[in-house]
Amino acid sequence: MLEFLTHPFKTDPNAIWYILMAFSVALPCAVIGCFLILRKMALVGDAISHSVLPGIVIAFLIVKDLSSPWLLVGATLSGLAVSILIELIHTKTRIKQDAAIGISFTTLFALGILLISVFVDKQTDLHVDCIISGDLSHIIFYQKVNFLGVLVPQPILQSSLIAVVFLIGFFIFYRILVISSFDSTLAATLGIKPKVVHFSLMGILSLLAVNAFQSVGAILVIAILILPAVSAFLCTQKLKIMLILSVTHAALSSVLGFYLFSYFDCSYAAAMVVAGLSLMLLCWLLGPADGMLWKWKRRLFYKDTLNLEIQNQVD
Amino acid sequence: MELELLLLSLGILEKALITATFLGILCGMLGTFIVLRKIALIGDAISHSILPGIVLGFIISTALGLNRDPTVILISALLVGLFSIAVVRKIETTTRVKSDAALGVILSGFFGVGLFMKSSLKPFMESASGIQSYLFGNIATVSNGDFYTLIITGLILIILTIVFLRPLLLVSFDPQYARSIGFPKTFLNLLFYTILTLTIVVSVQAVGVILISALLIIPASSAFLLTDRKLPMIFISMSIGGISGLVGAIASISTKGINLPSGATMTLVAASLFFLAYFFAPGHGVFSKWLNHRSISLEIAIDNALKSFFRQLEPSQVFSSSIEVKTFLESSDYNDKKSLLFLKKIDSLGFIKLADSSLTLTEKGRKRAEKIVRNHRLWELYLASQADYKPDHVHDDAEIMEHILDEQTIRELENELGNPKTDPHGKPIPQP
Repeated sequence: MLEFLTHPFKTDPNAIWYILMAFSVALPCAVIGCFLILRKMALVGDAISHSVLPGIVIAFLIVKDLSSPWLLVGATLSGLAVSILIELIHTKTRIKQDAAIGISFTTLFALGILLISVFVDKQTDLHVDCIISGDLSHIIFYQKVNFLGVLVPQPILQSSLIAVVFLIGFFIFYRILVISSFDSTLAATLGIKPKVVHFSLMGILSLLAVNAFQSVGAILVIAILILPAVSAFLCTQKLKIMLILSVTHAALSSVLGFYLFSYFDCSYAAAMVVAGLSLMLLCWLLGPADGMLWKWKRRLFYKDTLNLEIQNQVD
Repeated sequence: MELELLLLSLGILEKALITATFLGILCGMLGTFIVLRKIALIGDAISHSILPGIVLGFIISTALGLNRDPTVILISALLVGLFSIAVVRKIETTTRVKSDAALGVILSGFFGVGLFMKSSLKPFMESASGIQSYLFGNIATVSNGDFYTLIITGLILIILTIVFLRPLLLVSFDPQYARSIGFPKTFLNLLFYTILTLTIVVSVQAVGVILISALLIIPASSAFLLTDRKLPMIFISMSIGGISGLVGAIASISTKGINLPSGATMTLVAASLFFLAYFFAPGHGVFSKWLNHRSISLEIAIDNALKSFFRQLEPSQVFSSSIEVKTFLESSDYNDKKSLLFLKKIDSLGFIKLADSSLTLTEKGRKRAEKIVRNHRLWELYLASQADYKPDHVHDDAEIMEHILDEQTIRELENELGNPKTDPHGKPIPQP
């Protein structure tokens, strides 16, 4: 058993890098995901993760460098563009929000795909394949940077940096985010502008999406955004505990994903999602707040007491 | 059999164009239902969730020695797609998780499982070249067998939808009523989701997993802006879908050497058509609404100006005498230049006669002014006598209602009030 657990670490010298990379990408997504599902914006997250594509491609075409920070800027701008587009469609016409989301993100995604196939030659990393599944296990081939005496692959350093900055910002603006998510009227009376909060959140989401994009691919970004948050939501009704559980879920699925990756020789990103989905199903069954098992038990209990009552009445 | 021979005798180009147009029509038809049911993103969820089904279909058909049999893939994708919808519904009903989060979880979770299967079973997938086009769609790779399956399945789906059109529409819009008149709701929903999933499964290879929801949502949303009625909406949506498919396929094929992805070109054509509808759709388009708003504002401004002239002349009862233009300019909210332009506009419409520094009401203008003042005073009287408003509170409300009241309502008001002669302030109500 112990051998089973330690074997992948012994055989793969880069194990710790993989897990660190996965976790540093998943950590900020798990945190912001909680707010997405509380604000009922889960699918806006999906839309943004697809729509950052044209921004990335255009920025790439200008700077011709995949690791340039301008790609983040381009992605953030096109993420904001899609959130404005969604608002424009569903506030100015009678089209509902979900249809507006569907129209906006598919259009931008199609634009991105078209730009790639026309302007980007096939040799670069900006290949349609990596859009779908990403390539987390490629990170070790990147150039290593000396950080406090340790040689760290550059993408890991970048995403860890983003995670740390995100967490600091998150703690500073925590109260504002919480108030505006739960009580928009109170937020407005306190002088917090809901529009500003909404679009800042969208901007940050685009940044995280493009960061995750490289490692897990466009479609699976939504998984690392929502799966941890939904699992945590099934386990608790308190926000702080939900945040902690969500981060725990991200950490566990990074590690479990690594085991799957190592034993099944599959895509790491897909393995991470499979691990995350399994954890989520477990929470659905056993979650203290919303688990099916407890509900069955309760129903059985009530049925018994009810039968007893009826029996007594009859007697 | 004859149909099969005919279909198989077509060249690659014709096949691609027919496929694209046909898929556009099919998706346009189904899209109407999902847009109207407000479940627009269910298509996105299904198209992602069927990946494990497609991979499974590849494995099974390879294991059976059939080498990528479209029917096996169709069936296994259908089952997985229906299963995914069932899980979404189960999450919605048994937990506090909202439907958007439930969709997101299943969409990405199932897709992850599919990718996991695909990447861990590399040896099996070597022959599975078709999986790549599942992701992005490529009309040119639609093989003869696929093409035949697609046309036949699509025709069956269209016929099924037409046969069950009324029950399907009813169960979509008024489930309670549908059940009360004895429609089997569960069966119809199952039928609807089966048709939808099959549509997605057959379309996915040409359009790609992500952009399939574009073909479902965008034509139907355009049609939704163009009409208020359901049957015309279905036809418009089918036509827009067909046009998007055809034009998109032509754009994709005609650019030799680059080979544009067909899903992307079809989506962009559909999106351009949508944005035309977004701006110019009569009634619901943004630009049309703006024009409409502008013309109503103009009418109201004319009403108000004529009313003010009428009031100035009312004490003397000589409506042919002239009015100083200066008085109007001073009372106007706009600058002199704009106000003068406005006066010229009503002059050209024949309501007033504009001279250098004075103006006179024409017969037509006086009639219109009388009507407005009459509406105003009747409404004031109605509020004061029938709705218990204080006489000094009725003016503001009447200022708005005077522009809205139609002939019919005015007749009713008169009858209700017994053909009154004066308003609550003692002013005479002009008689027609």
